[in-house]
Amino acid sequence: MKALSIHNLCKTYQNGLEALRDINLEVEQGDFFALLGPNGAGKSTTIGVITSLVTKTEGKVQVFDSDIDDDPEQAKSYIGLVPQEFNFNGFEQVKHILVTQAGYYGMTAAQAEPRADELLNQLGLWQKRHTASRSLSGGMKRRLMIARALMHKPKLLILDEPTAGVDIELRRSMWTFLQKINEEGTTIILTTHYLEEAENLCRKIAIIDQGKIIENTDMKSLLNRLDKETFILDLKYPLPEDIDLSELSVERIDDTTLEVELDQKESLNGLFTILSAQGIEVCSMKNKANRLEELFLSLVETTDISI
Amino acid sequence: MNTNKHQRHWIAFSTLLTREVRRFLRIWPQTLLPPAITMTLYFIIFGNLIGSRIGEMGGFSYMDYIVPGIIMMAVINNAYANVASSFYSAKFQSHIEELIVAPIPNYLILAGYVAGGTARGLCVGLIVTIVSLFFTQLPIQHLLITISMVFLSAILFALGGFINAIYAQSFDEIAIIPTFILTPLTYLGGVFYSINLLPDFWQNVSLLNPILYMVNAFRFGMLGASDIPVFIAFSIIIVCIIALSTFAISLLNKGTGLRN
Repeated sequence: MKALSIHNLCKTYQNGLEALRDINLEVEQGDFFALLGPNGAGKSTTIGVITSLVTKTEGKVQVFDSDIDDDPEQAKSYIGLVPQEFNFNGFEQVKHILVTQAGYYGMTAAQAEPRADELLNQLGLWQKRHTASRSLSGGMKRRLMIARALMHKPKLLILDEPTAGVDIELRRSMWTFLQKINEEGTTIILTTHYLEEAENLCRKIAIIDQGKIIENTDMKSLLNRLDKETFILDLKYPLPEDIDLSELSVERIDDTTLEVELDQKESLNGLFTILSAQGIEVCSMKNKANRLEELFLSLVETTDISI
Repeated sequence: MNTNKHQRHWIAFSTLLTREVRRFLRIWPQTLLPPAITMTLYFIIFGNLIGSRIGEMGGFSYMDYIVPGIIMMAVINNAYANVASSFYSAKFQSHIEELIVAPIPNYLILAGYVAGGTARGLCVGLIVTIVSLFFTQLPIQHLLITISMVFLSAILFALGGFINAIYAQSFDEIAIIPTFILTPLTYLGGVFYSINLLPDFWQNVSLLNPILYMVNAFRFGMLGASDIPVFIAFSIIIVCIIALSTFAISLLNKGTGLRN
């Protein structure tokens, strides 16, 4: 049984905009799945259709074999949604929001209260449980939306840019939390603009552009397709002017920084052998750009954007 | 979720109702206090000061005559306003999405909001009734008719508020109907006068006003007197409730104003 199966999904908005064009997508149970694409590519529309927020024009969507048209209640009961925009009642208290949400999914207050307490503790919101949600910081609001989506223990958690605008420390703690619930069996679909996030968390990936799926594979094979990688090397001593590095594809950034491009076939050992032979000592090294980011940019068709 | 479907539906409905009641109780200075003050002024000005010079209306003191209408006016205004503002706010703040993505059938979403509006209407009706006891005694001639009419009227106007909120694109649009339609219909619905005072033509025009039937049936329940037959009032209100419910559910099913 697939966690999510989408066949021939099309969506044309009333203004004629074709947001989705024949989308086919399958997500296995237990996957941590990245759905990536540039702004306006159709990610949020796809999520909107799966969660019934957007009416599809054509196609079939099943969640754990329950069709969203034929058995919407069952299909919806499997899903927990963390939307891109804050969408809770700003005047309600944090805990009320959680308990109310659980009630919509058929949980009694007696079942919902301990579950809410558990999630409030796990997500660091316990101290704010009686606070009106509008008074929370941006990061807390993000965590509240995750807690709300998890109240009914969904089998499929959909996160639409959950870490947008969140500081790096909190982002990393959210990654740890999401990895934990994925390990516990929850299937996760994630859209994000932080490609580092997708690369770190997700095992499967689909890239959507202009309403079409242009790539759908596992993360490892996608990254293996990267034929070149660029590294930035910090050197211990300034480079002499007359040094010969013609064997390498290298660019001198400044006296103590080199940018080196390596083919996938080349090993780092070879690079260091050449550098050592020239008496160059390397203090540290990092990728110039996130690997997935390089691939993403090469896959997604660039369109003219005026800013 | 180890509950069966009917239990789940009941829990979802009661959750929605509880949320709605908690909302209007939390903002009681906006929801419960103003009608109490406004209606007290009506009792003082129209009932006491002006009413004492008017004398009797339909065989009752003017104060006794207007009390049922004023209670009914408070009930329908508040039932309408509660659903219109709550549902529109949910759209405005996007937290209506919580309900759309949840496994709740559309008729239950409608029922939850309408029950919330009805609860506020009845709550305000009770407050105004208590206030009225400071000005007059309330003889209730037909308890069942009184209770069922106020209940049905609250439901009908809560449905009206729901439909208004579905179509509304701004807060102004949830104020237009109450200001330009509901208030004139209420004032012309026999709250302060008997339509028997009007010329024949205007009597017939008044019969097109649904609020006239509610006010008169409610007045019949309390005083035992009405300008129109009570069974016609009940029939009209029940037909209107069925029609508006069907329409509201069809709007929800189509996703009008809610889904892209």
